[in-house]
Amino acid sequence: MTEKPTITKAELAEHFRGFIDPEYVITDDETMKPYECDGMSMYCEMPLLVVLPETVAQVQEVMRLCSRHKVPVVARGAGTGLCAGAMPHAEGIVLSLAKFNRILSIDPLARSARLQPGVRNLAISEAAAEFGLYYGPDPSSQIACTIGGNVAENSGGVHCLKYGLTVHNLLSVELVTVDGELVTIGSDGLDCCGMDLMALMTGSEGLLGVVTEVQVKLLPKPEIAQVVMAGFDSIQKAGDAVGGIIAHGIIPGGLEMMDGHAIVAADDFAQAGYPRDAKALLLCEVDGTEEEVHEHIEQAETLFRKLGATSVRTSRDEDERALLWKGRKSAFPAVGRISPDYYCMDGTIPRGQLAHVLTEMEKMSEEFGLRVANVFHAGDGNLHPLILFDANVPGEFERTEAFGSRILELCVKVGGCITGEHGVGVEKIRQMAIQFNDDELAQFRELKAAFDADGILNPGKGVPTLRFCQEYRSLEHKQHSTNRDTDASHG
Amino acid sequence: MADISKQLQDQILAARDKGSKLNIVGGGSKAFMGRTPDPDASELNLSGHTGIVDYHPVELVLTVRAGTPLNDIEATLAEQGQTLHFEPPRFGDTDTIGGTLACNLSGPARPWSGSVRDQVLGVRLINGKGEHLKFGGQVMKNVAGYDVSRLQAGAFGTLGVMTEISLKVMPKPAASMTLVREMAVDDVVDYMNVRSAEPKPLSAACWLDGKVYLRLSGAQSAVEATAARWGGEPLDEADAFWQKLRDQQHDFFGGDQPLWRFSVRSTAAQPKLEGQWLIDWAGAQRWFLGDADKAQMEQLARDAGGQVSLFRGGDRNAEVMHHQPEVLCGVQKRLKNAFDPDAIFNPGRLYSWL
Repeated sequence: MTEKPTITKAELAEHFRGFIDPEYVITDDETMKPYECDGMSMYCEMPLLVVLPETVAQVQEVMRLCSRHKVPVVARGAGTGLCAGAMPHAEGIVLSLAKFNRILSIDPLARSARLQPGVRNLAISEAAAEFGLYYGPDPSSQIACTIGGNVAENSGGVHCLKYGLTVHNLLSVELVTVDGELVTIGSDGLDCCGMDLMALMTGSEGLLGVVTEVQVKLLPKPEIAQVVMAGFDSIQKAGDAVGGIIAHGIIPGGLEMMDGHAIVAADDFAQAGYPRDAKALLLCEVDGTEEEVHEHIEQAETLFRKLGATSVRTSRDEDERALLWKGRKSAFPAVGRISPDYYCMDGTIPRGQLAHVLTEMEKMSEEFGLRVANVFHAGDGNLHPLILFDANVPGEFERTEAFGSRILELCVKVGGCITGEHGVGVEKIRQMAIQFNDDELAQFRELKAAFDADGILNPGKGVPTLRFCQEYRSLEHKQHSTNRDTDASHG
Repeated sequence: MADISKQLQDQILAARDKGSKLNIVGGGSKAFMGRTPDPDASELNLSGHTGIVDYHPVELVLTVRAGTPLNDIEATLAEQGQTLHFEPPRFGDTDTIGGTLACNLSGPARPWSGSVRDQVLGVRLINGKGEHLKFGGQVMKNVAGYDVSRLQAGAFGTLGVMTEISLKVMPKPAASMTLVREMAVDDVVDYMNVRSAEPKPLSAACWLDGKVYLRLSGAQSAVEATAARWGGEPLDEADAFWQKLRDQQHDFFGGDQPLWRFSVRSTAAQPKLEGQWLIDWAGAQRWFLGDADKAQMEQLARDAGGQVSLFRGGDRNAEVMHHQPEVLCGVQKRLKNAFDPDAIFNPGRLYSWL
């Protein structure tokens, strides 16, 4: 954002009420309150106002008006995001797409669905089920999160190793540009001529345009799925077993790991029958045809035993499979029960670095005096350390953030990245300067300007400003020098 | 096996100083693609920029210099029982991974295994200002920053010079079998889509010369059980058949006639256009051989929910890519300007206006 808005709140509201149902132009603090944050509730801001348009033409008009008057626009789906990507801008509007909640069509033979952006992720698979189809990406928030938000964040889930992320499961999007133009990116085909704008839009965190329609690919529902649960007495052995399965040529539908803290918390919560004395637990789901699953499950059981599993259990039916997953799927709320608050991190590392990273994390946990539990999309190296803290204890959230930041730095250091699936938003904007150098960040800003020269789409998110980076780097430099001084005095 | 990125960078900076243009060339195998290269531009050659930078079979991740030949990459992967799942086409012995990504080329497995763009995890790239930048990484999941890596797919090098590419690689399927049967073109589109909608280990589906070919890949037991259920004649020398399709070595692709590529909705009715057709990707990619009016071809593609490009031959001084709407022309021009402000790279190769 380079300039201040050239219109007052009252004038803007009056304009909006000229073409949007006045009930859906929200200006009072009380009604706007639920919009002050997304799933990352530590970051809050009240917007100027909130609009809930009901037609694409209205979205276009909103964008034209906001462009003309340089009013920041933060698009919002269900608000389940975990990086404060939908946190409002104090001088801007929240553009809620909640009214766009219709499944427009499902084409069973072509295996695709056209959706409005406010359709919930799980609703797609539910609607496709009668055709034996489903939508692949399944983020943990799939009951509530919307496909528009999934596009903005390039959401993943438990099944991405085999079925890909959002970016691998889209055919086209209809997009309203910052000037209110309507354009389709992608097609009904698998690719288009020229540079891949579809990939660029995916995961762009609402910084390049507003998605008003999404066409997704649907997959045939596998005949069966079975899960093998294996307990290990060390993280190292479990980590090696993950590599072992994949090296063996089996690509599991899901491959999840939990550490000792998470195992106990999840088992208390779900009574899933997890081995409570294990230091690490693997859940390995194999799906496909009956023949394939039987062949692979047998191989997986043998392999886990050979690689030192202390317990191995395979689901015999759907109920048992659901039970084994229940613990994993409720790991976050389960951890929520053993601590007043928790902070969910989201880094990705090369799988081979797992044991090293978890060991380092244990050391940091002692250093910061904060407990950490780990659940982990082990198949694709995506870590979710949950730092346990109490927001009512002064200074504890700040310490938590510092701990989290150190974890992300470690992820980058071992060849990984600062966010696997939650996005950058406001939350990780500081760490962007660890992942990227100044030239790379400048390239991102130039790319952004190609879509939004005035910077009114979701300002302050995703990519740090130049000034922000300079300040951050000089602060880091100072801290590092101080650390060195301290070390020297100790030495 | 050398890193010549510094030389490449110097050559780009020199071109920038002189206000001259560069045509990016890897193995030179795709010289026939895109519009006619600018005759006034000098060559920026990446064929010396080769070598595997990093390969961890257990991580399923490979990082290579962009000029590395596909043949070398596939040989290295084969030693570990792994493969490039997108089955990149080869138009000679010199095809490189950089060119493959720049042209977004994938083979018969693409609808099931994903495209080259789908497997890309990160790139290093020199932009038009001579800055050597790194985007993405070597991990499967990474949403930090815009997806500049995948943006390069199909950009024909117009945004920058890719120097290094990280890709996801996959284990080779344990077993594979191809079933063939005769089928009329009017029936085959439905047939291939019905098969695609079943949860079976289908890994390729094409129609050529009146016959439909379905390939099954995966666990031995699953391949055999599906083959028994679906029926059809098992094809001998199936690997050679798919290799020839992938590399455009079947007789269909011979001759001098223009070759058009339709990327369309897999279920779209076969366009009413007399001539030679080959259907791949279970209907999502269709090849037409013959002289045709581009505007007419674009209308057929639109009717089929997709796009068309002139893949080989024909008038390469005119546009070869599907017509772009005005808004997207504007976006692509501004993106070009963001990455290559002096318009040094591959002028006019993708579109006349880029």
